[in-house]
Amino acid sequence: MNAAFDIKSLVQEIDYGTPASEAEQQVTLTVDGKPVTVPAGTSIMRASMEAGVEIPKLCATDMLDSFGSCRVCLVEIDGRGGTPASCTTPVGEGMVVHTQSDRLNAIRRGVMELYVSDHPAAWGETAGTGASEFDKVVRTVGLTENRYGVDGRNHVEQENGVAPGHGSLTIDYIARDESNPYFTYDPAQCIVCSRCVRACEEVQGTFALTIEGRGFESRVSAGMHEAFVDSECVSCGACVQACPTDALREKTVLAKGLPERSTVTTCAYCGVGCSFKAEVKGDEVIRMMPYKAGKANHGHSCVKGRFAYGYATHKDRILKPMIRERVSDPWREVSWEEALTHTANEFRRIQYQYGRTSIGGITSSRCTNEETYLVQKLVRQGFRNNNVDTCARVCHSPTGYGLGQTFGTSAGTQDFDSIEQTDVILLIGANPTDAHPVFASRMKKRMRQGAKLIVLDPRRTDIVRSAHVEAQFHLPLKPGTNVAMLTALAHVIVTEGLFDEAFIRERCDWDEFQDWASFVALPENSPEVVGQLANVDPDDIRGAARLYARGGNGAIYYGLGVTEHSQGSTTVIAIANLAMATGNIGRPGVGVNPLRGQNNVQGSCDMGSFPHELPGYRHISGDAVRAIYESLWGVKLDDEPGLRIPNMLDAAVDGSFKGLYVQGEDILQSDPDTKHVAAGLAAMECVVVHDLFLNETANYAHVFLPGSTFLEKDGTFTNAERRINMVRKVMEPKCGYADWETTQELAKALGLGWNYTHPSEIMDEIAKTTPSFSGVSFDLLDRVGSVQWPCNEKSPEGTPIMHIRGFVRGKGKFIRTEYVATDERTGPRFPLLLTTGRILSQYNVGAQTRRTENVVWHSEDRLEIHPHDAENRGLRDGDWVRLTSRSGETTLRALITDRVSPGVVYTTFHHPDTQANVITTDFSDWATNCPEYKVTAVQVGASNGPSEWQRDYDEQAKQSRRIASLQAAE
Amino acid sequence: MTMQPASTEIASRTAAIIHELKGLEGPLLPILHGIQEEFGYVPQDALPVIAEALNISRAEVHGVVTFYHDYRSQPAGRHVLKLCQAEACQSMGSDAIAAKLKSMLGIGFHETTRDGSVTLEPVYCLGLCACSPSAMLDGEVIGRLDDEKLNEIVAEVRS
Repeated sequence: MNAAFDIKSLVQEIDYGTPASEAEQQVTLTVDGKPVTVPAGTSIMRASMEAGVEIPKLCATDMLDSFGSCRVCLVEIDGRGGTPASCTTPVGEGMVVHTQSDRLNAIRRGVMELYVSDHPAAWGETAGTGASEFDKVVRTVGLTENRYGVDGRNHVEQENGVAPGHGSLTIDYIARDESNPYFTYDPAQCIVCSRCVRACEEVQGTFALTIEGRGFESRVSAGMHEAFVDSECVSCGACVQACPTDALREKTVLAKGLPERSTVTTCAYCGVGCSFKAEVKGDEVIRMMPYKAGKANHGHSCVKGRFAYGYATHKDRILKPMIRERVSDPWREVSWEEALTHTANEFRRIQYQYGRTSIGGITSSRCTNEETYLVQKLVRQGFRNNNVDTCARVCHSPTGYGLGQTFGTSAGTQDFDSIEQTDVILLIGANPTDAHPVFASRMKKRMRQGAKLIVLDPRRTDIVRSAHVEAQFHLPLKPGTNVAMLTALAHVIVTEGLFDEAFIRERCDWDEFQDWASFVALPENSPEVVGQLANVDPDDIRGAARLYARGGNGAIYYGLGVTEHSQGSTTVIAIANLAMATGNIGRPGVGVNPLRGQNNVQGSCDMGSFPHELPGYRHISGDAVRAIYESLWGVKLDDEPGLRIPNMLDAAVDGSFKGLYVQGEDILQSDPDTKHVAAGLAAMECVVVHDLFLNETANYAHVFLPGSTFLEKDGTFTNAERRINMVRKVMEPKCGYADWETTQELAKALGLGWNYTHPSEIMDEIAKTTPSFSGVSFDLLDRVGSVQWPCNEKSPEGTPIMHIRGFVRGKGKFIRTEYVATDERTGPRFPLLLTTGRILSQYNVGAQTRRTENVVWHSEDRLEIHPHDAENRGLRDGDWVRLTSRSGETTLRALITDRVSPGVVYTTFHHPDTQANVITTDFSDWATNCPEYKVTAVQVGASNGPSEWQRDYDEQAKQSRRIASLQAAE
Repeated sequence: MTMQPASTEIASRTAAIIHELKGLEGPLLPILHGIQEEFGYVPQDALPVIAEALNISRAEVHGVVTFYHDYRSQPAGRHVLKLCQAEACQSMGSDAIAAKLKSMLGIGFHETTRDGSVTLEPVYCLGLCACSPSAMLDGEVIGRLDDEKLNEIVAEVRS
């Protein structure tokens, strides 16, 4: 958005210079004779742009508040003296503005001449692209000379001598900072407009940049004059996007030149679902530029979305189908036809031999809605069973269950913009600054405006306290005590009379509420009792409950720290109870919002990926629903739910489940109790992995079908706010087929007469069969950008806020939430509780981010341990430690920190050599089987290096990744 | 005084100063003054401690410290002599005074004599224009500088 290139096929976004005014009152003025009407409080600069008159500017951009430092955007106003800056001057009724005059031109040229006199341009050097906003303004004002010469004090020349290498070093010169893997900082080109500093503060909320020094010495500094990579910078790139010169510029642009065309698409990392312009030169992505019109991110991004796309062209990508007889054989590259026919034959053979239900499929939360829909259709129509499940099983399945039971829909209630009207944020088991960074920036912005924050998390995450934001309450509860803690909050709300009786009487069942209220009011649910259990100060519990109930608009945001427990579904229900009891549902600023881990978890759940549900969360036992699909697909559907992922693996070990089609999920690394998963996979006769890379699961696969990245396909992703965003093809699939085409080819090989020519036809089928999607089409999405389901006759352009007049299920349902401690307990052998999570620069199992420069920030998983626990065990920071649980053991290096409480240890699961899931147990949520990743009793001790399992595993992985050379294959 | 304290000592002494001044409205500048008074300069190691305590970023503290020339990053000499170089003093011959003083002390502006006795700094207006040219020695202002006073100053700082 900042660099407007004169190339037509780039998507251009207008920069209005200052943010839009929200005022209702309208003001009319004329700019260069053109009348324009804008809301009061709009800047003259913005009003002019709306009238089609572009005023030259350097320090202004519409993602930042006006600043008024560059003195280029001056205008004349009839009846007023001087030449005010148009960015800081608000419009007035009847104002007559002139943006061009001899006086203004002379001033602008004079200002630019001064800038240029301390800029590489004056030395005749092209240090940047030559196409920055700065370069453009130089041309716009018609600057042709530099009367000041190049001999004065400057930041450009390293040496002050005539002959290079013989002068003295000049004091103002600062060398380029190339430390960040993705962008360069060249102080010589900086004009000290502060746009980067303000972007870091206002947009990202990290405050990693400042202007150091004063006067001529002023220069942008990361941290305390540190290299970018060593500073507080989180590499979100907002500064690079904001920079009007090439002082901060993407390395790809400097190395490869400016992009030529762009396509608006949706990020494939987390559940925020940021919109991007993929800017391309030839067939190569030069950069990902956040799209300002994207309703989830409004032009912002994080380090993953903006920079970590290099995996798409990484040499590790497998581009040819491969098969092998036994997993101990090397892979053999084959044609698509051979691979697909072989797979179809194997699946049919297995079904003939072991029965109809002996095979199944797993859909991916990383793939598009259309692709997910096809995989479940393949299983239901082609395999003729319901053995389909999805990776959402291991993350947000309790959300679907809990919110479905209480509210009637299995999804978050708000749009992200709702946060702007929130007064109290209750954040439970989520670490948004690492896992959902773009939304975290919006939370932090709202907190800087005065919203309060309550955090329930065993770990002191960054949002609990970081520059300019601080939680009012942090309840560092013991892992596994969520239900008790939430019930204790409810106890305070009920016993202190803080509930919203009018809301409950109107929207919920009063008798159910009273039953629930009498339960939560029991003394065993009091903060005093629960505080002991969870190791939290009861006064903090009471304070937090009062703040949430009485602090204005209260919104709950939660993550996998809620769901990945043996009582995950109960916790979700407890959350819904809290929101209903306080009337915090059904309007902007409130609600219950799961922060989804992956780009399309919401969508994959919506698309009928679960073994008991058809698309739109309709139970498979419903005759009417089955009839819709039976008539369309021409088959009789099984009315019994199929197997879930853990059941498939159990059945495989038992010998009754023999074949699996896994699209885009690495179950071996991401599912709990790795050894059990490995045993299950090893017992199957045909495992088909459809993925970008030879992932860990592929070590046990017999067929590998190459996958395509989000850049190589059309389709839609649905983000955490139920927003259906378009994914558009930026380049041709490197392996020849987009994933939906591969699934279709497999279906054809199985004899199904599929004939989709474009994903839009798949969406049409979804819309035709699923009431909550009935209004969705690619045409609509192209027209309005994105919609939030339900999108149908009642709400043709989608539903930003749900349950506005009443709950979807009718009356909101209060359900008792009895706390049952997990069976996973600490004891003398395993005295510590392990919990797991993510870090900003890496994503999930790391298959993508480990194949980018993001490894600069996180090259290994570390075990966080409290100084007391470390001291008891004689551990120092950085020591190798052995982590043991009832399930297994692994080794990794310790990181000593008081972010975790005594008795709790924490690690990430981004690196396969760590194998954190060797440790996690097979306990799972009672309702949905979502695994209990967040609580494992462990012991930690000193170690010399990798465990035996890690060594064996490495060897096995190395063996199973062998690909026979072509000669050998032929 | 030129001995620099160890970083752990800096952290603990800084923490004490922060604790005392944190409640003030806009506590950053008073804290920095307090630290400069304590150590004779603002040690780099103190900045992260301040940032953490005030819940602001290291960058912000750095920006403020570097904006004000009064905050020094290195210990000064035993005496600090500030010579006014602003307009009124210039018109009364402060340039010549500066040249003379520099040669007498053998140092330039922003430098400290080898023996650590004195640091010489320019300053831009002490508000003593009526008594130009003026200077400030260890916080005490001196007006109407002339050769005699310069000799006295040099003698005092060298003693």
